[in-house]
Amino acid sequence: MVWPIDLAILTLVVMVAIGSLMVKDLLGAAILFGAYSFMMCLLWTVMGAVDVAFTEASVGAGVSTVFFVGAVFRTSRRTRD
Amino acid sequence: MADIVSTVVDNYNYWIYITLMMIGLYAIIAKNNLVKKIVGMNIFQTAIILFYVSIGVKRGATIPILEHAHGSHGYGVVHAAEYVNPLPHVLMLTAIVVGVATLGVALALAIKVYNEYNTLEEDEILAQIREE
Repeated sequence: MVWPIDLAILTLVVMVAIGSLMVKDLLGAAILFGAYSFMMCLLWTVMGAVDVAFTEASVGAGVSTVFFVGAVFRTSRRTRD
Repeated sequence: MADIVSTVVDNYNYWIYITLMMIGLYAIIAKNNLVKKIVGMNIFQTAIILFYVSIGVKRGATIPILEHAHGSHGYGVVHAAEYVNPLPHVLMLTAIVVGVATLGVALALAIKVYNEYNTLEEDEILAQIREE
């Protein structure tokens, strides 16, 4: 494990997680959650868990984001928090 | 004092895991929008996966694939200390797939709620239920 990369990605993960919960638009929240999943995928690669990393990249960052965008498309983008 | 500082700094993975877990818990409890709650649930889940993968990390170890496994000279001696522990990875592989199934069901229920009440905000839904 290369600890400077690990620390940088961990900081980014927390920032993107807070961002996806703070943004006042559900489509933006969905896209930021996709970015969060991708950062997690990079984190698994740094920690040596390559099998978890490519599952997260396809299933977490790919399918989850499509699900979120589809759900937002079928409902509304409006949110108050 | 230096002891405490080194304990905090050495285990930063675990501190970030606690932070992410608390962010997710806050979102599940305090957010008013149903999709935001589902995002919080997923953040909580990835925090737990981060904890399990952090357990398997070893200093100076490589990915859990045997080196020089192909060839005529055989495996030789395999030292477990040279590879990260793959057991938590395999457990968390299942957790990721189950998490996506949970996400799909949760979003389907959110769409059903929206079709019924025409809103995703929790307080508006509760107000409509009380009116009936």
